[in-house]
Amino acid sequence: MYTQALDTHGKEPAAGAAERDAHATRFQARVDAEEKIEPKDWMPEAYRQTLIRQISQHAHSEIVGMLPEGNWITRAPTLKRKAVLIAKVQDEGGHGMYLYSAAETLGISRAQMLEQLLSGAAKYSSIFNYPTLTWADVGAIGWLVDGAAIMNQIPICRCSYGPYARAMVRICKEESFHQRQGFEIMLTLTQGSRAQRAMAQDALNRWWWPSLMMFGPSDADSKHTAQSMRWKIKRFSNDELRQKFIDITVPQAHFLGLTIPDNELHWDEATQHYRVGPIDWSEFYAVLKGNGPCNRERLEARQRAHESGRWVREAAAAHAERARNRSHVAKVAGEAA
Amino acid sequence: MSETDWPLFEVFIRSRSGLEHKHVGSLHAADARMAIEHARDVYTRRQEGVSLWVVRSADIIASDPEEADALFEPARDKVYRHPTFYAIPDEVKNL
Amino acid sequence: MSATNASSETGVQAQEEARCQYVLRLADTSLVLGQRLAEWIGHAPALEEDLALANLSLDLIGQARLLLGYAGELEGRGRNEDALAFLRDAPEFMNLALAEQPNGDFGNTIVRQWLIDAWQLEIYGALAHSTDTRLAAIAAKAIRETRYHYRFSSGWLVRLGDGTAESHERVQRALDALWRFTPELFEPDEIDQRMSRAGIAPALPELAAQWSARVERDLSEATLTRPATGPYPWHGKRGVHTEHLGHLLGEMQHLQRTYPGACW
Repeated sequence: MYTQALDTHGKEPAAGAAERDAHATRFQARVDAEEKIEPKDWMPEAYRQTLIRQISQHAHSEIVGMLPEGNWITRAPTLKRKAVLIAKVQDEGGHGMYLYSAAETLGISRAQMLEQLLSGAAKYSSIFNYPTLTWADVGAIGWLVDGAAIMNQIPICRCSYGPYARAMVRICKEESFHQRQGFEIMLTLTQGSRAQRAMAQDALNRWWWPSLMMFGPSDADSKHTAQSMRWKIKRFSNDELRQKFIDITVPQAHFLGLTIPDNELHWDEATQHYRVGPIDWSEFYAVLKGNGPCNRERLEARQRAHESGRWVREAAAAHAERARNRSHVAKVAGEAA
Repeated sequence: MSETDWPLFEVFIRSRSGLEHKHVGSLHAADARMAIEHARDVYTRRQEGVSLWVVRSADIIASDPEEADALFEPARDKVYRHPTFYAIPDEVKNL
Repeated sequence: MSATNASSETGVQAQEEARCQYVLRLADTSLVLGQRLAEWIGHAPALEEDLALANLSLDLIGQARLLLGYAGELEGRGRNEDALAFLRDAPEFMNLALAEQPNGDFGNTIVRQWLIDAWQLEIYGALAHSTDTRLAAIAAKAIRETRYHYRFSSGWLVRLGDGTAESHERVQRALDALWRFTPELFEPDEIDQRMSRAGIAPALPELAAQWSARVERDLSEATLTRPATGPYPWHGKRGVHTEHLGHLLGEMQHLQRTYPGACW
């Protein structure tokens, strides 16, 4: 169904320009009518490639995202927190799987996507290139990073491509406990000792700006936005989502008794929004380019896991092959008898 | 099968007795036994199932969307297959 | 107080202490093994195995929490699951020495897991009929998890043992290294004997034969050679551990030790 069975992946057939235009018009009409596009349907090649890029990046982000929080599993301060954190990180791995699965319906394989990630060619969310230095970071990630992710993800539940939309519905259902878990950790810390309160404030200081950067640069600076909006892959602009996140999160920080690390943060009565100070986009681009605090470590960790696991995957494949041959031989012998 | 290419399997779950198996996604596994375990680990963490099917993706035969017209359109105008097509007087019961 | 009353009181007390120790042994084995598996998360050979190992870890930590909670009640000193997990030092831990062995490569982890899964199958299977109803309930829940764990670990044992030349060599080496910790699994000591006389726990020698037969079958299918059994100087059950446990606890207990009395 998805990769081998049919040799047309709904790929654009070698047709004349007129036929292609007709296909494209019909395709856009379907998208405009909120119809879902499914794996074997005709789609513009650019639509396919945009989705492959976006979905695989999203998947890579979930996988790499297992590492910063995974860093604290063995040191979680109670058994309950340990169990919850394991479940959360496991969910993130699962989300990566749902997304790789969705991407594979578009004609790219898991092996190819992994190769892109491990070679450094593929991008993943910049936020995971920051280190988790204290237990409070685990809380901050759940509260802020998952909070931002949810904001990004809910609109995608209605995106035009069926498998991606369905994967997002599944993910969003699981994601809500992630954010609550993080906020609850922050709450416990801010209600705790002076050292714990300081730990929480320090984590917020380090995770606030990178979380705002998660939404990406202003759309005026992004060439992809307009087309993605037309194809209903993207439903809201980066700035819209970022503003929504800020308006929701600032009161939460106040509730915790924490200070947002922004001297220019203020409530704008006229627009009824919180206004933030300038975002340092040079940091964002540096991290994206590979010069963030943990880019090297994150990639090396994934490369090491992949390399050191090679003999395991080979063994499983060899065993399966042998078992298949054995049963084939037995079958043939049975038929000959 | 190369080490990076454990075959792709499609996963179907029956969430409750009485319902059909529904397609939920795909995963990679080296063999059938592993495929069931992976399906269980990935797709049933929240008690979403009482039964699992895994099928090699390559074994699934799908209808060609190019033929969707010929396959599915003819059924559209055969409205007499639907009960609402028939006008039965209200006084007649049990029909 | 008459002489008979006094001795029966200390008799009852000794019995209750033994029961508490017995439960702690089960709890600590699950906790330490769960902690070891958690180290794999994010570093497994395939994404699907990250999820599988996380699942095993979660199950084992869940078992540990139930058992530690019970042990704390039996002890009667007001220690809950976290006090027991995070504030005891290595000599007070009662886990099997096998559980605390480092992960090594995936093959080593699988061999360690499979040996303990096969052990838990026997132990929990028997404990489900314990005269201690609390323990029986915990075991009845745990055995279902263990059946799945065993399916996972034995499946991998066979794939790796009967996979490639490299995988076979790695797993045989792991087996040779870990086998020396297996005598502790079924060697009964005074606490085991007290528990089995009271109908609380099974008699270990009976279970040993079943475990051995299962292990034999799996090794044969995996084309692996059973190592020779030698003497063993480790008695994790009695708090005499290998050097590994101290480091594991150092990492696990760090936050609670650094911020005494804090709520998390």
